[in-house]
Amino acid sequence: MAKKIENVGCPFCGVCCDDLVVTVSDDGKKILEVENSCIIGSTVFHRAMSERHTLPRLRQPDGTFKEISYDEAVDYTAKVLHNAKKPLIYGFGSTNCEGMAAAAKVAEQAGAVLDNCASICHGSSFLAIFDNGYPSCTLGEVKNRADVIVYWGANPAHAHPRHMSRYSIFPRGFFTGKGHKGRKIIVIDPRHTDTAQVADIHLQVQQGHDYDLFDAFRTVVRGHDIPDVVAGVRKEQIIEAVDIMKKARFGTIFYGMGLCHSDGRNHNVDIAISLTRDLNDFTKWTIMAMRGHYNITGPGAVWSWQYGFPYCLDLTKRDIAHMNPGETSSVDLAMREEVDAFINIGTDAAAHFPIEPVKRLRKHPWITIDPHPNMATEISDLHIPVGIVGVEVPGIVYRMDNVPIQYRNVIEPPEGVPSDEELFERIYERLCELEAEEAAREPAKAAPEGARAGE
Amino acid sequence: MGELLIRNGFVFDPLQEIKGDRMDIGIKDGKIVETSALKNPKAIDAAGMAVMAGGVDVHSHVVGPKVNVGRLFRPEDKLFKSPLKRCDRMEMGFSVPSTFKTGYDYARMGYVFVNEAAMPPLHSPHVHEEIRDTPIIDNAAMPVFGNNWFTLEYLKNNEIENNAAYTAWLLRATRGFAIKVVNPGGTEAWGWGLNCESIHDPVPYFDITPAKIITGLIETNEFLGLPHSMHLHCNNLGNPGNYVDALDSFKLAEGYTAKNAFGRDQVMHVTHVQFSSYGGDSWRNIDSQAKEIMDYVNAHDNITIDIGQVTLDETTTMTADGPFEHQLQSLNHLKWANTDVELETAAGVVPYVYSPNVKVSTIQWAIGLELALYSSDLMRTFITTDHPNAGPFIRYPRVVKWLMSRAARDETMKTFKWLDRTIESTTIDSIDRELTLYEIAQMTRAGPAKALGISNIYGGLAPGMDANVAIYALNPEDMPSDPDMIENAFARCAYLVKDGITTVKDGEVVAEPAKRTVWVDVKVPENAQVQRDIYEHFLRHYSVGIENYQLFEAHLHNPRVIEVDSTQ
Repeated sequence: MAKKIENVGCPFCGVCCDDLVVTVSDDGKKILEVENSCIIGSTVFHRAMSERHTLPRLRQPDGTFKEISYDEAVDYTAKVLHNAKKPLIYGFGSTNCEGMAAAAKVAEQAGAVLDNCASICHGSSFLAIFDNGYPSCTLGEVKNRADVIVYWGANPAHAHPRHMSRYSIFPRGFFTGKGHKGRKIIVIDPRHTDTAQVADIHLQVQQGHDYDLFDAFRTVVRGHDIPDVVAGVRKEQIIEAVDIMKKARFGTIFYGMGLCHSDGRNHNVDIAISLTRDLNDFTKWTIMAMRGHYNITGPGAVWSWQYGFPYCLDLTKRDIAHMNPGETSSVDLAMREEVDAFINIGTDAAAHFPIEPVKRLRKHPWITIDPHPNMATEISDLHIPVGIVGVEVPGIVYRMDNVPIQYRNVIEPPEGVPSDEELFERIYERLCELEAEEAAREPAKAAPEGARAGE
Repeated sequence: MGELLIRNGFVFDPLQEIKGDRMDIGIKDGKIVETSALKNPKAIDAAGMAVMAGGVDVHSHVVGPKVNVGRLFRPEDKLFKSPLKRCDRMEMGFSVPSTFKTGYDYARMGYVFVNEAAMPPLHSPHVHEEIRDTPIIDNAAMPVFGNNWFTLEYLKNNEIENNAAYTAWLLRATRGFAIKVVNPGGTEAWGWGLNCESIHDPVPYFDITPAKIITGLIETNEFLGLPHSMHLHCNNLGNPGNYVDALDSFKLAEGYTAKNAFGRDQVMHVTHVQFSSYGGDSWRNIDSQAKEIMDYVNAHDNITIDIGQVTLDETTTMTADGPFEHQLQSLNHLKWANTDVELETAAGVVPYVYSPNVKVSTIQWAIGLELALYSSDLMRTFITTDHPNAGPFIRYPRVVKWLMSRAARDETMKTFKWLDRTIESTTIDSIDRELTLYEIAQMTRAGPAKALGISNIYGGLAPGMDANVAIYALNPEDMPSDPDMIENAFARCAYLVKDGITTVKDGEVVAEPAKRTVWVDVKVPENAQVQRDIYEHFLRHYSVGIENYQLFEAHLHNPRVIEVDSTQ
């Protein structure tokens, strides 16, 4: 008899569907079927057991990998962290919050830089939020109340496949009994995307001119005149869209990489927030970033409560945390060759970083912690396989609207393979041992006294 | 665990009406014991010092999603404002400190129990994750009910029993502690960008008035017999002239008496009353109505309050009162975060500067102190700053200083730009009262513990209670002439013993005893109707499945459950 497990959370995108039904074999070892998920989500489960390593692999002088024990891998990693002047621990889009908290403990002990995928993704959103705030809501609010939806620079039809059906366009909520028929959909994108297909209004903004268009929106909202064409969009179209937005009972702007990674970046997000604030003088509007991975919102939450910063945390001063994106962000640190060891966890930096920083990071020890082989593991000095969160390891993840979702595991990880949290706890213990050994060997360094020390 | 003897201190324990007697306190296995039960104790010499139970905070925003938004979106709250690391973990932030700093700072002030003021039920796993990372202090968290669709629907139809069954279910689902009510009805109206400006202003669609929500929740609370009472943040908070609304809300408690087995006497705790004690009709002519408010409170012993003292700092406001924060951002034009939470609540966060150069700020400062100084029963009037709304909790020692010293108040008032107008609009200048250490002990441990219904565990020094003892370097027979010494003594206690372990010594954390999560488990009869309603709302309206909404046991950390059996 196969076993059906219900209410399973999906470890793929920021939509964090928690209604999956997964059928596993009698012995609890094989995943047979995944229901309710999109094709990407089901692939995550079905692919779980393929290409798995059950022991860490250490690069040999001849370039091949040799399997080593977890104790050896923990020792190697702790020594790399201990010996490095400024190690960088980066990734975390695809692990649970327990793992992030444990990694932060290691980073603080080692005096490392701690960064997550937002650094190359929604980091520009953080910059805008620091300046302008974030009037938002949970996704259930959108489902129950929203009668106008704006997707700006986002293509959920491909990137967040169940976003539109679970939360935004199609569902029938408490005050939205007509579902799709009761909602107006505005899509703003330079391309006629598959999301634009379902829109009532598609404004084909000239690429890189989103800021201009937002400015025109704000001008019209406040009742002023605009030029005949702004950012490639005709005045009448803008007025029509603004009119719909002002008459909404409840509206939400979902924005994606099209804003935070085209010209203007954080300024695009900033003015999007300003538009939302303006609209709240007339009716109810909210805004939400389309966060990518299922738990990329997580490190922003965990590290905010631990250190007060969501990303780009420089803990190398050891007694105080410091954040300054551009100075303490991963790609910039790598480009300036400021880091001398790299731990890549729960993401694939080799695939996602530009090639130059990858080359520079590669000059130093590079350790990848990931369940599966990926581009990063293949150029690493050490690959430590771990259990897959959401499949083999339970834990808390944060959905794109900051709602915590409790994930389950459907099968057990291969024997002996730890979770990210367990692995980091072991690294932490080893690191403390190394530091204690060093302290015992050398007398403690006395800090030099300043001339005014006695005053 | 070891034995400990705290010798020769001046003991202040209002729960036993001990007013500064020289006594020894015995501790064994984490509990207070008779000194005769000790065999070979280690001794702490408390001679010439004040000995009190560990502090109990009735209302403070320390863990959870809106607190974390405050941390995330204010990097400037860390810059040049964070101390260097001196404990296990770094301590970052000023007005919204990191979880680690929160735990350490409360311990340094001699506090052991902090009640998180508002937990959005949907976000309970987040709240419990932060509780795990808040060292030393025991935490409880109050889920918000005042704008919850289930609650609105049941109370509209006078279904107290059903509402009670739902309340019990939600307390268990979120591992919550008490019924919190924030701007009843108004926050639901904020879902449409609206508000309920008085207690008679009906909620859009749900068609129930805030007044009915308040009385319904009092009835629910007493029907269940929970340890704490209904905990209210009033409608129309923060606006000139709102003392009328506050008094209207207070009056709703008339005729209700507390029914519980936890020694609690009040049926309504009204929080941060400073924000609800304004006269006038505009920011131009706002004045203090603290006397009116306290006349009512003094005469009605089924109400407790906390003051919500403005500390004149740059801080971060955060509340489930969504429309209030929207109004605030249109006043100060600073950044504004908001999160509406499906079926339950909302929250807003806006930075705010309470400046001695701003008339409204200094009037607010005076009102908070007036509330305490006009109180005739300090077992029902507690010190808070509605952390971080009126100021960060690390200012409690300064609030104590202001309350204990007229000279300290005068010193602060000298810095006011609009001193004359502050004196005109308030009565602070005519009050000479200076509170005593016994009264401070009432306001910061015994009173809050009694109001929270936990005075058999916290807030006192009777044998059998948790061995939580704070020792302050203040000699009641020889109080310092410099009021700043009072502030210093309360900011860094000489000793804090938590659960029998010496945790703080000379103001520094020296140990991190295990912290607890305190929650209330209420037994109610099976209620098929409520079960069906819960099932339906989760099926159709929530964005999270019911099985994933309820906190997993694995995410509850070191629980201490208070059991209530309402079926008896």
